[in-house]
Amino acid sequence: MSYETVIGLEVHLQLNTKSKVFCGCSTGFGSAPNTQVCPVCLGFPGSLPVLNRRALELGAKVAIALNCAIARKIRFDRKNYFYPDLPKDYQISQFDQPLAQHGFLSVVSGEFERKIKIRRVHLEEDTGKLFHQKDSSLVDFNRSGVPLLEIVSEPDMYSPEEAYLYLTALKSILEYIDVSDCNMEEGSLRCDANISLRKKGETSLGVKTEIKNMNSFKGVKSALEYEARRQEELLEEGGRVIQETRLYNAEKGVTEPMRSKEEAHDYRYFPEPDLAPFDFEEEFLKGIERNMPELPEPKKNRFIKDYGLSNYDAAIMASDKDIAAYFEECAALYSPKTVVNWLMGDISAYMKEKNVSMKALKLKPEQLSDMLKMIDGGVITGKTAKALLIEVIETGKNPKEMVKEKGLEQISDVSLLEDTIDQVIAENLKSAEDFKNGKENAIMFLVGKVMQKTKGRANPGKINGILRERLKGAAK
Amino acid sequence: MELNTLTAHALIDLLNKKDISPIDICNSIIKRIADTEKRLNALAHFDKDAALKRVGDGFKPSPTKALSGIPVFIKDNICVKDELTTCSSKILKGFKPPYNATVINKLLAADAILMGKTNMDEFAFGSSTETSCYGASRNPWDTERIPGGSSGGSAAAVSADEAILALGSDTGGSIRQPAALCGVVGLKPTYGRVSRYGLIAFASSLDQIGPITKDVEDAAILLKAISGHDEMDSTSANIAVNDYVPEIKKDIKGLKIGIPKEYFIEGMDKDVKDSIKTAVQKLEGLGAVCEDISLPHTEYAVSVYYLVATAEASSNLARFDGVQYGLRPENAKSMIDMYKKTREQGFGDEAKRRIILGTFALSSGYYDAYYLKALKVRTLIKRDFDEAFRKFDAIVTPTSPTPAFKIGEKISDPLTMYLSDIFTISANLAGIPGISIPCGFTKNNLPIGLQILGKPFDEEMILRVAYNYEQNTDWHNRKPENILK
Amino acid sequence: MAINRDTVKYTANLARIELSNGELDHFTAQLDRILAYVDKLGTLDTSNLEPTSHVLEMKNVYRDDVVKESLPVSEVIQNAPARENNLFKVPKIIDTEA
Ligand SMILES: [Mg+2]
Ligand SMILES: [Zn+2]
Repeated sequence: MSYETVIGLEVHLQLNTKSKVFCGCSTGFGSAPNTQVCPVCLGFPGSLPVLNRRALELGAKVAIALNCAIARKIRFDRKNYFYPDLPKDYQISQFDQPLAQHGFLSVVSGEFERKIKIRRVHLEEDTGKLFHQKDSSLVDFNRSGVPLLEIVSEPDMYSPEEAYLYLTALKSILEYIDVSDCNMEEGSLRCDANISLRKKGETSLGVKTEIKNMNSFKGVKSALEYEARRQEELLEEGGRVIQETRLYNAEKGVTEPMRSKEEAHDYRYFPEPDLAPFDFEEEFLKGIERNMPELPEPKKNRFIKDYGLSNYDAAIMASDKDIAAYFEECAALYSPKTVVNWLMGDISAYMKEKNVSMKALKLKPEQLSDMLKMIDGGVITGKTAKALLIEVIETGKNPKEMVKEKGLEQISDVSLLEDTIDQVIAENLKSAEDFKNGKENAIMFLVGKVMQKTKGRANPGKINGILRERLKGAAK
Repeated sequence: MELNTLTAHALIDLLNKKDISPIDICNSIIKRIADTEKRLNALAHFDKDAALKRVGDGFKPSPTKALSGIPVFIKDNICVKDELTTCSSKILKGFKPPYNATVINKLLAADAILMGKTNMDEFAFGSSTETSCYGASRNPWDTERIPGGSSGGSAAAVSADEAILALGSDTGGSIRQPAALCGVVGLKPTYGRVSRYGLIAFASSLDQIGPITKDVEDAAILLKAISGHDEMDSTSANIAVNDYVPEIKKDIKGLKIGIPKEYFIEGMDKDVKDSIKTAVQKLEGLGAVCEDISLPHTEYAVSVYYLVATAEASSNLARFDGVQYGLRPENAKSMIDMYKKTREQGFGDEAKRRIILGTFALSSGYYDAYYLKALKVRTLIKRDFDEAFRKFDAIVTPTSPTPAFKIGEKISDPLTMYLSDIFTISANLAGIPGISIPCGFTKNNLPIGLQILGKPFDEEMILRVAYNYEQNTDWHNRKPENILK
Repeated sequence: MAINRDTVKYTANLARIELSNGELDHFTAQLDRILAYVDKLGTLDTSNLEPTSHVLEMKNVYRDDVVKESLPVSEVIQNAPARENNLFKVPKIIDTEA
C-alpha cells in the first residue's frame, strides 16, 4: 500500500528587538543567569506588561513578507498552564485575534516550486530556560519575555524534503527582512512538526504525531523521515498511530514518546486584561510597508529584467539577502553574467567549504570586478585568478597590487614563452614523439608542463599553438 | 486633642504652622496602636521602630509637597520595596518585593511617611477580612463584628484612629464596603485613574487602589497624590488629574442625582434603608435634584462579578507556585507535586474556592456558558450606567445592604457572603468611580454608608456631592468610643 | 446539578490544587450552589452583544524599544525558596517539553 506524508510546521522565531516584548530588559544572548530580568519578565506579583511597539512592527513585517492578511484589530490572550520556565504560569500569547492569517511562502528549489500555505502568525512571549541536573532542574529567566513570533503553516508539505525546503526558504525571507538572527543553535529559531500519513488519493488527514526537540533543519528532516517510516511500518502492520508528542533523539536518530505523562491540554485562553487591544492604523501599516526591503520574488524578477540573468541564476542571486546585495554591487562595476559565474562557482564553493557567510568575505566587490577585468583584459589567466581569489578572500589585499607584487601577469612575451617550450620539449622527448606519431592527447601533457613551469601565468591557448608549430616544424 | 484623631488636612495645617512635627504624629499613632491593636488586629505588618526611623533625623518636612510628614498605612497587597507584602496569605510568607508599586513611589514623592501594612482578606477574597492568614480584623464600633472587607484592616485602622490615611484596593467593593461598615470615607477611583503597577492583582479588569480616610477632603488629597498616568500600566488612563480640593467645595445646587430603585431590595436592613432615604432628602435640601431611576441589570451584577473576577483571579494567582518566592513545602516528589502541595498549604479555603470556580468558568466546554456569557452581561450593566449618566451627574445608593455582621456569621456560607457586595460590584464592572461616606447609624450604633457613583473620570463630582453632604451632617465626626472598654 | 465532584476534581487539578476528599465534597456542594445562582444569567438574551473585557475604551498602548536597567541578581533571587548559584531550583523535570 502506498501512503502520502502530510506535514505541518510550527516555527517559533525570536524577534531581534533590543528590549523584551513587555518590559525593558535586554534581549541579548548569553548573559549570566538571571541578570536580564525585572519584576515584569519574572512575573513578580503586581508587575504589569507594556507592549514593545517594535515587536509588533517586526511581526507585521513578517506577516507582509508571508503574504498574510494582517488583522485590523488584534488582541492578546493568556494561555494558562503550569511550567517552571513560565514565570506567571500563563503565557501572554494570541488566540482568536492573531496578528495575521492566511498567507503563503513561495518555495523554489530546482524543479520544485510551490506556495506553501501559512495558517497564522502571532506574537507571544518566550519562556525562561531550564537546565536539568541529576536530581533537580534550574531556571534562568533571561530569555523570559523575549518577543516570539509563532508562524504556523497549514499541513501543506508532503515530504520531509519539502519541510526542509520550506524552512530554508522561510529562514531566507526572515533574514531578508532582518527580523531575527534565525539561529537554530542559539534557539532564536525553533521548529516543531506535525506529521501524519494517509493513503494516496485520500483527502482527509490521518492521525498525527507532534515532533519536538529538533536542533537543526537537517534534524527536522531526519526526524520527519524517521517518523514517516515509523508510521508507515505501523500502518502496514495493521496498527494505528496514536496522537501524541514525540521527542527527536538526534543521537539515535529516532523519535521517542515522552516519558512524562501527557495531560490533555486545557489552556483556558481568555483576553489579557492587562493589555489594551490594538487597532492597526493605516499610518502604522504604511510605515512598515515603506520600510520593507525588496523581497526575493520581486527581486528575482528584477534581476532577470535589469541584468539579463536566467531564471535559475536570478533565483539563486536573489535567494539570500547578502548575496543579492553583493551581486548588485558587483554588477554595477562589471558584467553581471561574469559576476554570477564567479559567485556561483569558486566563491560559493569557497564559502561552503569554509562555512563562511557572504558578509565575512574580505573580497570586496571592487576587488572582484578588478580581477574579472584583469582576466578578460588578458592581464592574468583564469588559473591565476582562481588562486588569487582565495588569497584576496582571506587577506582582503588589493588584487591589482598583488598581481604586480608577485609578478602574476600573464606571460605574453612570445620569446620568453618559446624558451620555456623548447625546454619542456627537450625534457619530454617521448611525449613529443608520441604527438608527432598522431597521439593527439600527448600535447595536453606538454601544455600542462609549460603551465607548471610558468606557474599558470601563460595562456594555455598560446602554448598550444606554439607547441604545435614547434613539433610540426621538427617533424619536417 | 490627640494628633492621631485628626485628619490629614488638619495635620498639614498644624505642620505648616510648625505647631507640631511629623514625629509627634507618628508617636501619637504608635501610642494608639499600642492601646487598640490587640483588640482590632487591623495591621498585618507594623514595625514601630522602622516607622520612627523613617520620620526620624533625616526627615525634613517640605510644605510644598502634598503629604509631607503625613503617615499612611498601606493594604498588604500593594508592593513596598523590601517590606513584607503578603496579601495576608501564607503562600506569600516572607515575600519582600524588590520594587515599589507606583502608588508607593507617588506617596514617597509627596513626602508621605509609610507606616506599615494593613490586614485584609486573603488576596482580597472576601467582604469581612476573616479570610486573612493573620486572623480577622475587628470592627472598632463593635469588636464582635467584622470591619467589612477586603480592605477591612485599612478601614478599621482609620476608624479607630490607628491611621490618618490608608490605601485600600477595590475589586467589587473592597474599599467602599469596609469604609461604610467602619464609618469612614472610602473611594474607588475610575478604572485606569490610579496605576495598578505593584498592586498584587486579584481581578485585573476590576482592581483599583483608592483612599480610605476620615473625611472627604482627605480622600480628595490622597486621591490626587496617587492618581495619574503611569507608563508601567497599560490600562492607566492618560487623562489629567485636577486639583480636587477647591472644586469639591462648590455647592451642589441643581445637580441631578439618580436614585436607582434596584438598590432598595427586600431583606435589606431597615435602618440602612431609612438612613439613605434621609440622606437623599438632605441632598435635596442642599439643592440637588433627586429622581428615581432604574438600572435594570443590577440583579445580574453579582453573578457576572463572581465569574469574571474569579476567572481572572485563577490566572493571576497561578504564579504562586513555589518557584520564585513565597511558601514551598519540603520533600516534593516532582514538579507537579510541588505545585499542588505549595498551593494546597499556601492558599486558604476561600482562595481555593475562587481559583477553582474561575478555572472552571474558563475551562474547555464551560467558557461560553459562564465566562463569555458574563462578559456579555457585563456589557449590559455598563450600558445601564452609560444611559443613566446621560441624564444624571451622580447616582446615590446604599453602600451595603446591612451594617457590619458578626464574625463567623457568614463565613461558612460563601454565597451569602458574596451577596453582601451586591451594591458595590456594579461600579467595578462598569469601571466607574464610587465613594462611600458615613450617613448614619443603626439602632445598635453601627455605621451606615452612603454610596455616590459618578461618570468615568469624574471623581470630582462624587467628591463634591460627598463633601457637601458631609459638611452639612455630623456623622463623620463620631468616633467609636467602645474599643477600649 | 451545575457541577459534580469529578468536574471539581478535574478543575482543581488544572489549577494545581490538591484537595482532600472532605474538601472535594465540601467545595462541590458550595460551587454547585454558586453556579445555580449564576445560572440566572442564562435567562438573558445576549446573542447580539459584544463581550466587555476592557471596560473603558483604550487601545494602542505601547512603549518604544528601549533597554532599561534590569534588577540586580541579588534582588532577583532574594525571595527564592531554593536556588543554586543564581538560578531558581526546582524538583527534577522529566522531558524537555514545555
Ligand atoms: Mg506558541
Ligand atoms: Zn524584564
